[in-house]
Amino acid sequence: MDAVAAQKAVFRTEGVTKVYGTGAGAVQALRGVDLTLYEGEMVVLLGASGSGKSTLLNILGALDTPTAGRVFFREQELTRASDRELTAFRRDHVGFVFQFYNLVPSLTARENVALVTEIAKNPMRPEEALERAGLKHRMDHFPAEMSGGEQQRVAIARAIAKRPEVLLCDEPTGALDSKTGVTVLEALTDINRELGTATAIITHNVGIQKIAHRVVFLADGRVAKVIENETRIAPSEVTW
Amino acid sequence: MISVLDRKLLRDLRRIWAQVLAIAMVLACGVAVLVLANGAQLTLTETRDSWYDHSRFADVFATATRAPLSLTDRIAEIDGMAQVEARISDFVILDMPGMAAPAMGRVVSLPEAGEPVLNIPLVRVGRLPDPTRADEVAVSERFALAHDLAPGRSFHAILNGQRRELTVTGWMLSPEFIYAIGPGTLIPDDGRFGILWMGHDGAAAAFDMEGAFDEVSLRLTPGASVPAVVRALDDLLDPYGGTGAHGRDRQMSHAFLQSELDQLSAMAVVLPPVFFIVSAFLVNMVIGRLIALERQQIGLLKAVGYSTPQIAGHYLKLSIGIGVVGLLIGWALGAFFAGRIAGLYAQYFSFPYLVYVPSPGAFVLSGSLAVATVVLGALRAVWASVRLSPAVAMSPPAPPKYSRGMADRIGALLRLKQTTMMILRSLIRWPGRAAITVFGVAASVSVLVASFFSFDAMDAMVDDAFYQSNRAGLTLMLSQTRSPRVVEDARSLPGALQVEGVFAAPVRLTHGPHEKFLQLQAQPEGAELLRVLGPGGGEVPMPPAGVVMPAAMAEDLGLRAGDMVSVEFLVPPRETHLLQITAVTFQALGQSLHMNETALFDLLRQGPQVNMLNLLIDDAALPDLYAQIKTTPAVSGVMLWNEMRKQFVDEIQRNLWTMVLIYSILGILITVGVVYNAARIQLSERSHELASLRVLGFTKAQVAYVLVAELMFLSLVAVPIGWWLGYLFAAATAEGFSTDIVTLPLIVTRTTYGGATAIVLVAALASALLVKRRLDRIDIVTALKQKE
Repeated sequence: MDAVAAQKAVFRTEGVTKVYGTGAGAVQALRGVDLTLYEGEMVVLLGASGSGKSTLLNILGALDTPTAGRVFFREQELTRASDRELTAFRRDHVGFVFQFYNLVPSLTARENVALVTEIAKNPMRPEEALERAGLKHRMDHFPAEMSGGEQQRVAIARAIAKRPEVLLCDEPTGALDSKTGVTVLEALTDINRELGTATAIITHNVGIQKIAHRVVFLADGRVAKVIENETRIAPSEVTW
Repeated sequence: MISVLDRKLLRDLRRIWAQVLAIAMVLACGVAVLVLANGAQLTLTETRDSWYDHSRFADVFATATRAPLSLTDRIAEIDGMAQVEARISDFVILDMPGMAAPAMGRVVSLPEAGEPVLNIPLVRVGRLPDPTRADEVAVSERFALAHDLAPGRSFHAILNGQRRELTVTGWMLSPEFIYAIGPGTLIPDDGRFGILWMGHDGAAAAFDMEGAFDEVSLRLTPGASVPAVVRALDDLLDPYGGTGAHGRDRQMSHAFLQSELDQLSAMAVVLPPVFFIVSAFLVNMVIGRLIALERQQIGLLKAVGYSTPQIAGHYLKLSIGIGVVGLLIGWALGAFFAGRIAGLYAQYFSFPYLVYVPSPGAFVLSGSLAVATVVLGALRAVWASVRLSPAVAMSPPAPPKYSRGMADRIGALLRLKQTTMMILRSLIRWPGRAAITVFGVAASVSVLVASFFSFDAMDAMVDDAFYQSNRAGLTLMLSQTRSPRVVEDARSLPGALQVEGVFAAPVRLTHGPHEKFLQLQAQPEGAELLRVLGPGGGEVPMPPAGVVMPAAMAEDLGLRAGDMVSVEFLVPPRETHLLQITAVTFQALGQSLHMNETALFDLLRQGPQVNMLNLLIDDAALPDLYAQIKTTPAVSGVMLWNEMRKQFVDEIQRNLWTMVLIYSILGILITVGVVYNAARIQLSERSHELASLRVLGFTKAQVAYVLVAELMFLSLVAVPIGWWLGYLFAAATAEGFSTDIVTLPLIVTRTTYGGATAIVLVAALASALLVKRRLDRIDIVTALKQKE
């Protein structure tokens, strides 16, 4: 793991806190999270429902802003960036994969990917991204014509097509059966290995943690512990 | 290369095509009316102006009883004068071959030498009459066509009491007679009224006007003041029985044409905004719903790096897409109908040519308005949603917040069923949307009420003009003022059941800066054939002194009953009297002042006189009566009220159903646009809820009740509002349409209210049921699984 540790940090958070709502109805989702993600590593974020995993991921991806604390992407402090800078940050550096795929139903697989390649700086061709996600044969199908696993792989293709430095995945296998889940995880590990994209995966499936370099346990809005995997397993070996 | 986002846009438009079309049609109506009205206006104005210019249409006109020709030299010296032309003009009775009823003609003399310099008639067929020949005339083209008067054919005229044969030399069109109507009429009747151009000498001899004229036209230098010239001309003509010079505004043909143009302007100003406003609301409703449905997609677009303006632009483009569909349909319809309208105008107006000129201005204006409409409509919805932070946008929206309150109290009080409670809560939860539905349906009711009102007004006008106030079968104009003994003589005319003598004199009314020229009629005690009616329809008793005046005219002059008005008699002894207005009257056709007969002749210090005869006649004796009129020298004109009545009613009937159909389509399009969209949105928002009802065992009809009943309830609420709006529109229409010649009564019948209501409610129900079919087809399991 030294190889990873020696690499530069991609994300760094300092005391990130997030409170939803105000007064008596206020919910504290994050209570001072300090965390660093490094170039090229694959991290799994584990935690029960309400532990703050998704909130943290949304804040890292600039989909949401923290109530307090600071977030750095390399040298850029995201917590001080303007809306315009955050838009540019999302466009140029981050790829997202969501539990419910979030595809545009009126666009085909290829077009859903093109949605990103049209505005990215140095994208791969949509076809290449889909091929990497193992979807070469379904390019001209609409989301409604594809299975859940296929739709999620379109989402992955869409996320990697811009050659992002970071891939943020929120329960990417949450809506899938184990067999389909494995194909999605394989796509993610392949991309991490081949492109060196730092990847953070949220899951509540404990079995998945073994495919990561590091596992971050979140509980009650805090980082409970961080484990480095001595040995990683292949996605096909994951038990569900 | 079309971007992916634009491809999504096109697919979205295609997916919601029915809703897009429903909005686009409403928008198209507004665009079409604008293009049509502007196009027709431009066509008429340009054709008119270019012809006026070519034919040197005069700027000032005046008539006198008999003025010496030498006066024209002094007229030519008036400041600002360019050209002057004097002539002889009079009405005559015509005996047309194959026509029992007498026709009327207006003889117009041509200059003694050379061609006319003003109001130059256009020779369509043949030639102008020989100035030296008294038996030659050129006739107006339409009259010639109606009587098949090829050059060389002849007919008879009663010229100053003498029956003469006239031979046709040619067919003419004149800028003075673009809209040519005989005395007492409103609609051109080509068979019964024509213009006859005659050589000067012939006309002078026939009307005993050697060395004199009774009509003069003036063309002014650019920038000259019409009122100043009118005043100067009045001063010169006063000693010769001048009846008031005037500009083009009181030239009969010009005034009718102008009134048509004004109506087109009013149409372009009043109607399109209704359609545009409704469209804007519909776009707001539909885009708002679409954005709500695509909330997560918006979040996603933000997450992958699309900027807020890019996303807002995408939805604005979508709304513009709807606008473009409406615009194209509207342009096509507008251009099509504007092309047809030239033909329609050709029925009433005699132009040498009438070619539809598309008005680029109208296309640009309607285009900008249509785009502005849809963008404004979409703006609020777009703005509200693109502001959301991506994480919030991607999470499903919070379930709509219902709260206990008024609905529950009403529900408990009325022991409403739960499905009815659902309707009530939905109305209270989304009052804005309910208001849009109500407004839209009310707008369509109002458009229908205002449209159908014109038929009510026409009916009321015909009833007033031809049945209530004027009950005469025909009116004879006498060539000279006579003693009342002529009434006794007229009783011996064939078929005369009742005869009443009338005396009418031209007068000038002045009150402050206002001035009006009109006829003052002596009303005999107990007159039955011509009654003077008040605004409420009851007969106005003639006061022993003072005058009664039409309400519309009093308003124009800034006068009320009880006020004094200065009345200048334009006939000898040309005196001016200050008279009190004792009451106001209502007159649909024409505007005249009435005064007690005895009081009038006392005022004028003259014995009773008669210059018109009103007759009630036995129809069986008509042919004999007609034959007699054609040979009676004392009669210079005839108004066949029975025939006019028939022509008027036929004219209205002819276009009635077409107009009802067009107006109904306009109203239906608004209703369908509003109700169909409201229903589709309801269905989309509540399919989960409605499917749940099905799971619980409600029948399709019970579930449909929730959807249909709410919309029908809103439609019912909208109806009285629509009546009220429609009445306001009708009042504006009546105001805009009324001129010195026609006063449109503001009467909206129950049939109109009822018809408008029925059409709108049926259209609303049909639209709601169209959506109910979709509701019936909803797959319960799928609907329940939907996230929303």
